[in-house]
Amino acid sequence: MIVSVAVVQKKKRKRQDIVFPIVNTIILIVLMFVTLYPVLNTVAYSFNDGTDAVRGGIGIWPRVFSMKSYEAIMSDNSVYQAAWISASKTVVITLLNLFWTGMLSFALSRKEYVLRKFITTIMVLTMYVNAGLIPNYLLISQTLGLRNSYWVYIIPTMFSCFNMIVIRTYIAGLPDALVESARIDGAGDIRVYWQIIFPLCTPVLATVALFVAVGSWNSWFDTHLYCAGKKWLHSLQYLLKMKLATTQASSNAAKTTVDALKSTTMTTPITIRAAITVISTVPILVVYPFLQKYFVTGMALGSVKG
Amino acid sequence: MTGISQGARNELLPARKHGFFRTLGKQWQLMLMSVPMLLYVLLFNYAPMWGWINAFKDYTNKKNVARGITPFNGLDNFRWLFSRPDFFQSIRNTLAMSVINLVFGTVSAILLAVLLNEVRNRKFKRTVQTVTYLPHFLSMVIVVSMAQNIFASNGPVNSLFQGVGLIREPVFWLGEGKYFWWLVGVINVWKEVGWGTIIYISAMTAIDPCLYEAAAIDGAGRFQRILHVTLPGIKSTFVILLIMNIGHLLEAGFEIQYLLGNGLVRDFSTTIDIFVLEYGTEKLNIGVATAAGMFKSIVAIILLVGANFVANRLGEDTLI
Repeated sequence: MIVSVAVVQKKKRKRQDIVFPIVNTIILIVLMFVTLYPVLNTVAYSFNDGTDAVRGGIGIWPRVFSMKSYEAIMSDNSVYQAAWISASKTVVITLLNLFWTGMLSFALSRKEYVLRKFITTIMVLTMYVNAGLIPNYLLISQTLGLRNSYWVYIIPTMFSCFNMIVIRTYIAGLPDALVESARIDGAGDIRVYWQIIFPLCTPVLATVALFVAVGSWNSWFDTHLYCAGKKWLHSLQYLLKMKLATTQASSNAAKTTVDALKSTTMTTPITIRAAITVISTVPILVVYPFLQKYFVTGMALGSVKG
Repeated sequence: MTGISQGARNELLPARKHGFFRTLGKQWQLMLMSVPMLLYVLLFNYAPMWGWINAFKDYTNKKNVARGITPFNGLDNFRWLFSRPDFFQSIRNTLAMSVINLVFGTVSAILLAVLLNEVRNRKFKRTVQTVTYLPHFLSMVIVVSMAQNIFASNGPVNSLFQGVGLIREPVFWLGEGKYFWWLVGVINVWKEVGWGTIIYISAMTAIDPCLYEAAAIDGAGRFQRILHVTLPGIKSTFVILLIMNIGHLLEAGFEIQYLLGNGLVRDFSTTIDIFVLEYGTEKLNIGVATAAGMFKSIVAIILLVGANFVANRLGEDTLI
């Protein structure tokens, strides 16, 4: 009796061990397909003929191949301007964030720092409590007068507490002796940070740089709220947002206008939108796989200790 | 110890042995590194709270507002808010979408993490991870733009459902209120499921492999090992994240509802944030908009303190 139970169990386990990995692999492959499908779909739309695309129903391969959408974008100066605004603000914000957040995190990782608890509490509370949209809007547009200014992209987004926690946790994981020995040798805290800690923080700083850069690159609401009236300040994402609104409005009437469009133009908002999407996504796609191993540890550090 | 100057030694000693301000003076470099950001946070995160005063002012008389006269009106704005069905609607929508996101998001992330944890082939595992992290880095504008194609009446979702016979006529997913919350839930899962696994996978790597071996020797199959080793191993992470998320229960996201919503679904897409935005920037009733935002912040504080209390009682790390 006992023997037969053991045999049955062994058989069952064997079958489970063979079937499970196969089913698991299939599930994960399907999941990858579901994840990539909308992306490939957009790429297909961007390379499709505009008037044909209005009919919809395009899968992951263009039905009527055309480069017209990209040509239209390439000849549009507002796209270049928006790309320049997006790129420059992303670089500036990322550098400023790294500079200040790095130093702050170091200071707050030092156990002997008497203001450590006080400052940390104030910082962490910002993750949960904020004054809300309207008071922030009034501060930025009225009190500080940043409306319709390039600085509205930079100044309000110079700090994020989550990033501070990620860097601080990383620094706390470094041996204390590094700081102590340098201090005994007479180096000041600022020097200890820049000469010893900063170079060791490259992985975590790369992670934070990615978070900040992606956040800035992907933002559109700041333009919408503060700079909608200034064309030269529009970012790429805001251009896309405006295209989204126009296609939404026209999608109901789309079918009736197909014929009208056929005679006038070869591009439609749908394909233009897809092409701008592709162009604005490529920089992220190029960068993030290389940083994957860094941000995975960074996320794990930040979330648990947060 | 002979080579160390007296000054350097003093600085390395614990702070309490000297006066507070003397120690602070010695730590001027640390202050230089941290106080600018402290001031920054005070200006950008705390100073705006002064704007809450507008919640107690009357902004309805446009002539007076134009002349800069905004008299105090006590709690009238709040009274008005709580007499408005559309405010309660926005609270309902916020809570519904936030709970859907929390439940769907957590369950799907844990599920995917478990599946990934069972993958033995490292290359395959890494590929799946790279692919599923990708949507996290896409902006909401792009995601909504994709969703509009995917859920269009002649889009792939309708074709698929029609193909397998689930529906006969194409469903107008984006134009019917009853689908909106679930659509937001699905899109959020698509965007964040991979990203959500990171923390659970890192918790799983901390599980002692001996436990799996012991379970296998005891005759546990794959499912039993997942059930009795993997899931208990990530329990504390799950609890911490859950408690943290309770503090964010009124944060249902804002971009997705704003971008995906349209006139047809507005009864289901208007969250508190969108309510605030409409009253503040379109109807220019700053008093009411601030009151609504203030209500949200105060509920968030209560939730946070409550969650912190629960975390304390459970013996977990507190949040603040």
